[in-house]
Amino acid sequence: MTKLEYLKESPSQTAGPYVHIGCTPNFIGNTGIFKEDLGARMMNEQTKGQRITIKGRVFDGTGTPLKDAMLEIWQADSEGLFNSPSEMRGEADPNFTGWGRQPVNLDSGEFCFETVKPGAVPFPDGRPQAPHINFWIVARGINLGLNTRMYFPEEEEANAADPVLGRVEHRVRVSTLIAKQSGDTYTFDIYIQGDNETVFFDI
Amino acid sequence: MSKPTTNAGPFFPRDRNWHPPALSPNYKTSVLRSPQKALLSLGNTISETTGPVFGHNMLGELDHDLVQNYAKPGESAQGERIIVHGHVLDEEAKPVPNALVEVWQANAGGRYRHKKDDYLAPLDPNFGGCGRVITDENGYYAFRTVRPGPYPWPNGVNDWRPSHIHFSLFGSGFAQRLITQMYFEGDPHIPLCPIVRTINDPAAIEMLVAKLDMNHCVPMDARAYRFDIVLRGRRSTMFENRMEGN
Ligand SMILES: [Fe+2]
Repeated sequence: MTKLEYLKESPSQTAGPYVHIGCTPNFIGNTGIFKEDLGARMMNEQTKGQRITIKGRVFDGTGTPLKDAMLEIWQADSEGLFNSPSEMRGEADPNFTGWGRQPVNLDSGEFCFETVKPGAVPFPDGRPQAPHINFWIVARGINLGLNTRMYFPEEEEANAADPVLGRVEHRVRVSTLIAKQSGDTYTFDIYIQGDNETVFFDI
Repeated sequence: MSKPTTNAGPFFPRDRNWHPPALSPNYKTSVLRSPQKALLSLGNTISETTGPVFGHNMLGELDHDLVQNYAKPGESAQGERIIVHGHVLDEEAKPVPNALVEVWQANAGGRYRHKKDDYLAPLDPNFGGCGRVITDENGYYAFRTVRPGPYPWPNGVNDWRPSHIHFSLFGSGFAQRLITQMYFEGDPHIPLCPIVRTINDPAAIEMLVAKLDMNHCVPMDARAYRFDIVLRGRRSTMFENRMEGN
């Protein structure tokens, strides 16, 4: 008799307001435990690709920016390869981690990532996905981390053909996933609720 | 780091009825911080199945010892000394090696070392409240700390958090990312806590309750609590990522 015996995933709980103590202790002045905060630096001088800055805030249902949120991003390198052991398509840029972690500023609520613009990566069926960056957001009051993606406004053609953006039924919401560009700086504001609610994904 | 060593398929779909719902009105902060529109179901692409790797060599000598890692030489943190240990498994009960486990907690009096915490219990000059470990090849982890105190928080007029340790877990893929909390067996605050009660199923809550583990106590030194953690499982790639006819 075959039985399906799976464990259940451990249920999530909020990161709470003091996530910094464990994840970015140096950011709040708890120095001397870890040399540097994990994910604070994604690149070095040798990293290939176009340097970009991503800024933004995370807004609650009243339009107030969260002051206690932490964000993580995960992305391909400039050639579209992930610095991950499960990347089977080639060798990613060893000078680029692809993973970043930043808390928002405790007063302004702004986050900031220094990274490179990712290349395109394939969808499971082989079609290209437009260049994008995966975001994961936790904070007090968020019971399970929120997943979303940031796309690039100058990639109009690739965005129009992107199989993930193509799944957004209400086309007016696609713009919530596309950053605003000013030179090499992109602004990606995230709205948890309201008319401009960002598209969040069940991945 | 870039050698193809694992053949990593998509993760099992997340059971979102098992996790706490985003909107849990008794946890008041969730009211304005919960998406109101439906999530867009994506499944996994390579952007979700891949993830960074954290090497054991990035760890400091005392990263796993909260009793010592903020203490002055010759001193140590105040409170009940405990060892917290367990396995990180996936939903198929397979160990998850090289998982990054980060923990943070209040001190024995229930006070956090954080500029935004002004609870009147005093800071312990020898306790930072932060540690991290990476699971070994069997998915096993262990750290030493002091049992955190319960603390009041502004939600209801008299809400108290049970003693708890915050856990952040990074397995092998970005979609496996998880933050949760560990509670202590027998704590009467567990069933009273609005944050615990964001989880609907008592069996799910039970997964977050560490058990007193007399076998792993260090006699005359520290008691042990066992806390196993389950991350999402993943499918084999055997039938994935191929176009029909290719
Ligand atoms: Fe807490």
